[in-house]
Amino acid sequence: MTRKQKRLTMILGGLAVIGLAIGIILYALSGTITFFHTPSDLTATGVKPGQRIRLGGMVEDGSVKKGTGTETTFAVTDQIKTITVSYNGILPDLFREGQGVVTEGSLKEDGTFVADTVLAKHDENYMPRELAESLKEKGVKLGKGADQ
Amino acid sequence: MIAEFGHFALILATGVALYQFLVPLVGAHRGDTALMRTGISAAVLQLALIAVSFVVLTHAYIVSDFSVQNVYENSHSAKPLIYKISGVWGNHEGSMLLWVLILAIYGGAVALFGRNLPLELRSRVLAIQGAIGLAFLLFIVLTSNPFQRLDPPPIEGNGLNPILQDPALAFHPPFLYAGYVGLSIAFAFAVAALIEGRVDAAWARWVRPWTLAAWMFLTIGIAMGSWWAYYELGWGGWWFWDPVENASFMPWLVSTALLHSAIVVEKRNALKIWTVLLSILAFSLSLMGTFLVRSGVLTSVHAFAVDPERGLFILIILCLFIGGSLALFAWRAPMLKAGGLFAPVSREGGLVLNNLLLCVACLAVFIGTLYPLALETFDGPKISVGPPFFNLTFGPIIMPLLLLVPVGPFLAWKRGDMAAVWRRLWKSLAVAVVIGLIVLAVNIRGPWLAPVGMAMAAWLVLGAIADLAARIGLFKVPLSSSWHRFTGLPRSAIGGILAHGGLGLMIAGIIAISLWKVEVIVALKTGESADVGAYTVTFLSETPLSGPNYTGRAGRFLVKEGDREITTLVSEKRNFQPSGMPTTEVGLLQTLLGDVYVVMGDETTDGARAMRMYYNPLVNFIWLGAFIMFCGGLLSLTDRRYRVGAPKRAISAQAVAAE
Repeated sequence: MTRKQKRLTMILGGLAVIGLAIGIILYALSGTITFFHTPSDLTATGVKPGQRIRLGGMVEDGSVKKGTGTETTFAVTDQIKTITVSYNGILPDLFREGQGVVTEGSLKEDGTFVADTVLAKHDENYMPRELAESLKEKGVKLGKGADQ
Repeated sequence: MIAEFGHFALILATGVALYQFLVPLVGAHRGDTALMRTGISAAVLQLALIAVSFVVLTHAYIVSDFSVQNVYENSHSAKPLIYKISGVWGNHEGSMLLWVLILAIYGGAVALFGRNLPLELRSRVLAIQGAIGLAFLLFIVLTSNPFQRLDPPPIEGNGLNPILQDPALAFHPPFLYAGYVGLSIAFAFAVAALIEGRVDAAWARWVRPWTLAAWMFLTIGIAMGSWWAYYELGWGGWWFWDPVENASFMPWLVSTALLHSAIVVEKRNALKIWTVLLSILAFSLSLMGTFLVRSGVLTSVHAFAVDPERGLFILIILCLFIGGSLALFAWRAPMLKAGGLFAPVSREGGLVLNNLLLCVACLAVFIGTLYPLALETFDGPKISVGPPFFNLTFGPIIMPLLLLVPVGPFLAWKRGDMAAVWRRLWKSLAVAVVIGLIVLAVNIRGPWLAPVGMAMAAWLVLGAIADLAARIGLFKVPLSSSWHRFTGLPRSAIGGILAHGGLGLMIAGIIAISLWKVEVIVALKTGESADVGAYTVTFLSETPLSGPNYTGRAGRFLVKEGDREITTLVSEKRNFQPSGMPTTEVGLLQTLLGDVYVVMGDETTDGARAMRMYYNPLVNFIWLGAFIMFCGGLLSLTDRRYRVGAPKRAISAQAVAAE
């Protein structure tokens, strides 16, 4: 092969790899991202049951009920609408009533939310940014640390 | 008074950095030896001043001087000494001070040990280091003064976030920073080479040890962070594709590529432009990591700074350095002469493919990390990109690379001979395939990735062994002469073999924990048991707990394998003073084959406690592999050929010609 042909082979090979990779990335982006919603825009945007989403809001005071074994149900609210969330597992250390929370899972047909993940917070003042902004837009008054 | 002394030293250091940036650059431009020489003294002086400043802050933490605001906000007199010291960098201001300290240490090392570098190159490298130092010192002095006083001084401090009070995490930031900042040297060399318009084999020899050091520290720093997340957060996982993790992983990927492409520049005088670009990209990603983690753009345990002014300042630094160096690259790179020819199947070709795949893998991580942020900035929907995205993209991109790793070292330079490679590797490949088939037979209904992944891990380890065996002629020559050859091997060769083998162990661990992890969530009363993998865990008792700065409850668990009692584990729920923040301590039985991991949760309605238990097979191979990779790097670094500044330009040019 001449110098030119060698270089061409390398460049074409490289472009093929990059093209393939970008294809995979785009495909993955269309399929694996999860959207973040608060209870009220969950109804507004028409999320279908079974679709994987993140649901965020405040844990309503007095709503946490321990079930049998490791089952827990609680209500997540953005003060406009409230959704009941059930979760089987251990709640993060900083999960508390009246505090912000982000859960991941999907809606059931009956309108309740089944979470398989409840996001742990790293310290007591932490509120997920996406949540703080969404709540602020809706004019919900936020507690300490919410501006972070 | 002492704190003001530290502040004063820091301001002086800023002035010295300005000098170090401008004067050697002018000197090198004019060919003025005297001016260039002052750059060396400036770098040493800057190191001394920043060191004084850092020692002063550390002193304030050790003696709990709460009149210093930074100490008041992040320390507490009841904290153990080691966490008083680690508290220095457990906050925004102190961690930035550590950043510039490490930068100054690298700069000082170039100044003191770079005697064999041509003076012009050394001056330019020091000038670029000075510029980076200047930017970050200005940032500290103007927006993040760690020596701010409080009047009147409070009696007690606020304490450090309790989940940061941990031995692995105490040393995670210094190692990670040593990695991030170490890449600044490769960056400085690249920019200096662009100014000079010259890149040759000697240049690559000077850049390699610095890149290697940075890579080593990044490897061990990331491993420590992941180890901490594994046993401290209590989620049973070791890597979450969290943006903060990704921010440190991207420079690692690119510096791995840089490490390999610098070999091609050194041995074959090819890929020069590409290597210069990689040096710039590696440090740019480090800077971006610092920005993402420190600016408050991401919310995490790392985001100390929530002041938008600071975020903007770092963003400006970021744009100046990345934009400036890339513009310089676009202008000057065409002047670098293209180097040697090689066939697509050759060592060079293999290393090009390595670089291509590593960079594309980095691109996937980059998009997954920044896409949600970009979308949010432009008021798009709020999304999160989680592990499914990264598994789907990073996995398929990195897998061909892992398959090719054992092949690379057997390819000859210029033109490789696949038949010869096959003769040396077919046994390793055969054993790896057999291992894959055994895994398939044992686990016939399991995911297809299990046999493939395990075969791949075995292939990496066996390939590394085959590499060693071929180099020392194992079983081809008498054992005594094999040993003789082994002792004569360059240390960098053994280092490379260790790094590739360590990677194999790490892959085995990753595949095993990803596919065969056993998770049990169950409510237990005292006396009850649950099965976790091959083990039975019995909840023995629950007792109150009190430590130096916390109180809580401790659960005791008996671990049995069949009828044999193995050990008793303790999992704790702690409440830290003064913040009142609760944390969980994991009960962990570590063995090489797998860990039993017990987390005690809340009480349930019927008086039991929720428990989360895991059996994590081979998980320790991940950190063992990382440690072996680190050792490989360390061994290479002691290779006399890479001693800092060891090669002289003229001599090494001859050596390359002779090869």
